[in-house]
Amino acid sequence: MAAPTLAVYKFASCDGCQLSLLDLEDELLAIAEVIQIANFPEASREVVDGPYDLTLVEGSITTAHDARRIVEVRKQSRFLVAIGACATAGGIQALRNWADVAEFTRVVYANPQYINTLSTSQPISELVPVDFELRGCPIDKGQLLEVVTAFLQGRKPDIPTYSVCVECKLRGNPCVMVAKGIPCLGPVTQAGCGAICPSFHRGCYGCFGPMESANTESLASWWKQLGVEDAGLVDAFRGFNAWASAFREASDRHEAAIEIGGPR
Amino acid sequence: MNGLRQIAVDYLARVEGEGSLKVTVVDGQVDDVQFSIFEPPRFFEAFLRGRQHTEAPDITARICGICPIAYQMSAVHAMESAFGVEVGGALRELRRLIYCGEWIESHTLHVYLLHAPGFLGSPSAVHMAKDHRDVVEQGLRLKKVGNEIMRVVGGREIHPINVRVGGFYRVPTRRELEALVPELEWARDAAERTIRFVAGFHYPDVEQDFELVSLSHPDEYPFNEGRIVSNKGLDIAVSEFNDHFTEEHVARSNALHSRIKGRGAYHVGPLARYGLNFEKLTPRARDLAVEAGLGPVVRNPFQSIIVRSVEVLYAVEEALRIIDSYTPPEEPCVAYRPRAAVGHGASEAPRGMLYHRYAIDDDGRILDAQITPPTAQNQLTIEDDLRVVLEQHIDLPDDELQWLLEQTIRNYDPCISCATHFLDLQIERKERTT
Repeated sequence: MAAPTLAVYKFASCDGCQLSLLDLEDELLAIAEVIQIANFPEASREVVDGPYDLTLVEGSITTAHDARRIVEVRKQSRFLVAIGACATAGGIQALRNWADVAEFTRVVYANPQYINTLSTSQPISELVPVDFELRGCPIDKGQLLEVVTAFLQGRKPDIPTYSVCVECKLRGNPCVMVAKGIPCLGPVTQAGCGAICPSFHRGCYGCFGPMESANTESLASWWKQLGVEDAGLVDAFRGFNAWASAFREASDRHEAAIEIGGPR
Repeated sequence: MNGLRQIAVDYLARVEGEGSLKVTVVDGQVDDVQFSIFEPPRFFEAFLRGRQHTEAPDITARICGICPIAYQMSAVHAMESAFGVEVGGALRELRRLIYCGEWIESHTLHVYLLHAPGFLGSPSAVHMAKDHRDVVEQGLRLKKVGNEIMRVVGGREIHPINVRVGGFYRVPTRRELEALVPELEWARDAAERTIRFVAGFHYPDVEQDFELVSLSHPDEYPFNEGRIVSNKGLDIAVSEFNDHFTEEHVARSNALHSRIKGRGAYHVGPLARYGLNFEKLTPRARDLAVEAGLGPVVRNPFQSIIVRSVEVLYAVEEALRIIDSYTPPEEPCVAYRPRAAVGHGASEAPRGMLYHRYAIDDDGRILDAQITPPTAQNQLTIEDDLRVVLEQHIDLPDDELQWLLEQTIRNYDPCISCATHFLDLQIERKERTT
């Protein structure tokens, strides 16, 4: 039987998540023995025609061209995995979703008429059905390896959906919020990174997006006790996963509170 | 050769991001060369406005997953220049160390996985591994050494979390850094083998009269600090960048093209750093460069793969030096107060100088931001090289010519995600109709 085929596509993104595949230095050549890298332009000039068995999609949809392209990619893909915060939540560039993109274009480009872009940055799942979403900004390469392995074995990937707090407990980290009064998004953020930030004495800033049933309101009241105002909460929730619904709603709530309470 | 010849490639492979190349050949003469960038715009400079200055290193890192440290370093230096903060001693050394990690990782990715396959007639490193498995395995292990430095000092390889304005959140212990030493010692020998390996490639005979631009520091090969200098008389402070460089926006590209005022195209990256700072390399790196047949200035853009390999050796030796002399600083970060000010920062990303400028208000929020990435600065120079290579090789069959033009672009290790912030290659050959 022929090896299953792999395709990797890029939309609006930083390249970091597909780089994670090349960062599997110890496993890359072994992976290439059991899976045919059929369409991965960043790594290979050779492109084998689809359809593909496993497709990894990095990046968000921000142009009309890309909105058409993702539909074609879906047609060519048996199992499509969105990888990273851009593909699963719109990425940092989803901050445009609260702004006037025409004004954004004028700020960055001298000739805005040359720029074709949509007014929003959307996750892949808003345009086409997605078979699995792997979170993170960037994704964790160990989790990527698990997704690829699970696909090859025909089982569901074992990716935890609990919070970063659990990873801190597993690492034996003292809680940075309790012990040091450092605001931390860990209680509402999905695990996956290994609780890196608290291990480096800083608060989590939400790279893996909201955990299941995140209680953002409770966390916000803890942050307020640490002296963080609504404006700071808006910034905290409007990060790399700003458009993920739990973080989006929390940021809108605190933005409305600023408008009621006066200028920030 | 007369007649219409067309070659179209929809996506240039083994570069970071999405760009295109369109070449028009009329009656056997190069008519037009356009290297375009279609990576969708992400508007970093726009949404940075109103964010806290402390967020700039983490946010701008997301411009590029291949060189996040460059973005973090240019950002923190810009903020520190705005607030008058000096970061010295072991904290400064740790910044050089994490930058060594990024150079080793990014350069090795480029040399082994992106560029070497082109010289060996192979579509990818995985294909190359069939005939050169030990070489590819050496490259992957060397790349991993760079990533390990990033992970130990920065918390993770891509978008490290430990860099902040004023220093770090947590500094490593001596023992944590010493654990890196055995692999770094292996890497020193592997880096030498890399230089000897790439020195044996066949190089097209191209000599370009580049204006080389890089940082230059009196005592060290440049990473984070220095004046901006060139081989054609430029010698300015980082804060004077906008007095001497301009960016222009052309219809075919979502990246801004940079020029030196009054002169035009210039070249940033390893050839520039090397040509302007040769004597600051370690003796071993200089000796290996000479053994590889390089002079103190290299004008053949194809030989940039050798120079990158020399820089890997330098970065490995510099990392070993820093670790050997490391004593953890008492505080992980220098205290400072934000103030309304304008700050400038430039650092040497693996693919060339990266400039940031921020205006900050009294509350430490960003009023406006300017980011000038290396690939945008090299874009005009890449087009110049393409024209020269085309003229020299115009009689090659289309498939061979296309291969060579792709290599010409890859010489710059272009990071197109950075530059916009695809590569679609078209060669059009036609007769002029009169």
